[in-house]
Amino acid sequence: MYTGKIRQILLITDGCSNHGEDPIAMAALAKEQGITVNVIGVMEHDVIDEKGMAEIEGIAMAGGGVSQIVYAQQLSQTVQMVTKKAMNQTIQGVVNRELQQILGRSQTMEDLPPEKRGEVMEVVDELGETVELDVLILVDTSASMKHKLPTVKEALLDLSLSLNARTGENQFAVFVFPGKKNDVEKLLNWTPNLQNLTSIFSKLSTGGITPTGPAIRAALSSFNQKRSLRSYLTNDDESYLEESM
Amino acid sequence: MMMNHTWKNQCKVSPGTIIKGRWHGNQYKILKELGFGANGVVYLAKHNNTQVALKMSDNSMSITSEVNVLKSFAKVQGSALGPSLFDVDDWQTNQVRISFYAMEYIKGPDLLTFIQENGSVWTPILFLQLLSDLDKMHEKGWVFGDLKPENLIVTGPPPKIRCIDVGGTTIQGRAIKEFTEFYDRGYWGLGSRKAEVSYDLFATAMIMINTVYPKRFNKTTGGIKQLKEAIRQKPELKRYEPMLLKALQGHYSSASQMRRDLLAIINNSPKDVSLGNKQAMTRPMKQTIQKSFNIHHPSLSRQDYRKKKRKSGLMEFFLIGMVLCVCYGLYIFMKLM
Repeated sequence: MYTGKIRQILLITDGCSNHGEDPIAMAALAKEQGITVNVIGVMEHDVIDEKGMAEIEGIAMAGGGVSQIVYAQQLSQTVQMVTKKAMNQTIQGVVNRELQQILGRSQTMEDLPPEKRGEVMEVVDELGETVELDVLILVDTSASMKHKLPTVKEALLDLSLSLNARTGENQFAVFVFPGKKNDVEKLLNWTPNLQNLTSIFSKLSTGGITPTGPAIRAALSSFNQKRSLRSYLTNDDESYLEESM
Repeated sequence: MMMNHTWKNQCKVSPGTIIKGRWHGNQYKILKELGFGANGVVYLAKHNNTQVALKMSDNSMSITSEVNVLKSFAKVQGSALGPSLFDVDDWQTNQVRISFYAMEYIKGPDLLTFIQENGSVWTPILFLQLLSDLDKMHEKGWVFGDLKPENLIVTGPPPKIRCIDVGGTTIQGRAIKEFTEFYDRGYWGLGSRKAEVSYDLFATAMIMINTVYPKRFNKTTGGIKQLKEAIRQKPELKRYEPMLLKALQGHYSSASQMRRDLLAIINNSPKDVSLGNKQAMTRPMKQTIQKSFNIHHPSLSRQDYRKKKRKSGLMEFFLIGMVLCVCYGLYIFMKLM
């Protein structure tokens, strides 16, 4: 079976960035390195304006991921759904590439007759169950997010519950932006479960600016550090599932 | 929401539209929309003068995945777990390709509506049916996953519970594909989201609670404590409490075990309780059952017949008793004279 790994950034925000690099460009950069960027826009009583909406969709599109705008109450269901959906997209991208190599240029799963498609789908399901998954979660902690943070915490615990039911291994890391001193602060380093989040999350302070672009950049470098550290230790590079839809 | 918008627009077809399959060439005429979910829209359609349900989605993967489940159900003999599958195909419109499958049209009200219309006397009966269906499904290595009243239809007559949406059905041991928070043990902090038999049994217990709390309720403290409290507050649920608590805490390893306990509860409780609301079986109620299936039975039903028979038996008993009493009275009177 395929021994690749899926890497995702999950951005949880409630509006437009106003500091640092263009987040859409940063998301495109992530995609180039085989990292998918998903975005969830959280609303409560406020509504996300058109500009914010466009940015959210833009980041996900450039990052090859999924975007969704939700009310805070539906956050738990959405977070796990978006993550799984993006994971399946990546896997389907890989399977389609393999199919193209076997069957010729323009063949994708959709071009197969329904019977054959069913068999390929079983492979996709199997991969979704067993593949390793790294998710770096970026949480916007600008002032307007303050009262949504408890809901975000619940949603993240729920996410680890959903993903840890899989056979494949998961690694999570949590970054918040803006941080206490810098634009971005590492809240939780790579770990297989998010339970430790409970204590840290309550101490969070919120700030004024929204440096979404720098946050995505920091997430990228964290992925790269992890990769180089791993290759330094095991002396071989990991293979990644990269998406090409 | 951009993902959702796209399918909603593309899959909206108006009644009268002819859907023609690209691979198998079958034609379907859309009659009306039956409902929509996260993964597509279901229409009532006509194919060669038979009514079928047509599920359409622009996500061919989710369609394929559901078809796989339905196909494997078809191998389970003599059971009616999900709707039977007739056809799978793609429909090419001007701009997009939509995947669809045609299945048996299961007609009837959903579980909660049926119980509201026909009385809680039906609750244990329908759950006995559901548990034996689940047992068959579990034996084949599947877990239903997204078990909820909206996915359960009561067809008939005679009333029979059926599962309609198999989108959440998962191979045992994997991660649950789809779920709804109220019926999900992970949400209540009472277990993992692994597809296990006990996952479905938790949801079954929650649906039973849901029949008494039609509006559901929100998580406050969560955990078994809140659910226990909810059960104790309702007299209709109290007699099921031991079974419900066992199911909620994952103590059953099979649906048949839970079914046995449910049967025992119904048979052991005093008669007037076990029948729930006794009036539930009187005439007007029976008529609503028939109404909900739109079928009229002019002839005397078996239950009516029995009831009549029992009534005349009682009359006979009293008549003979009276005659004997009068005779005995006469005899005493004669002796005294």
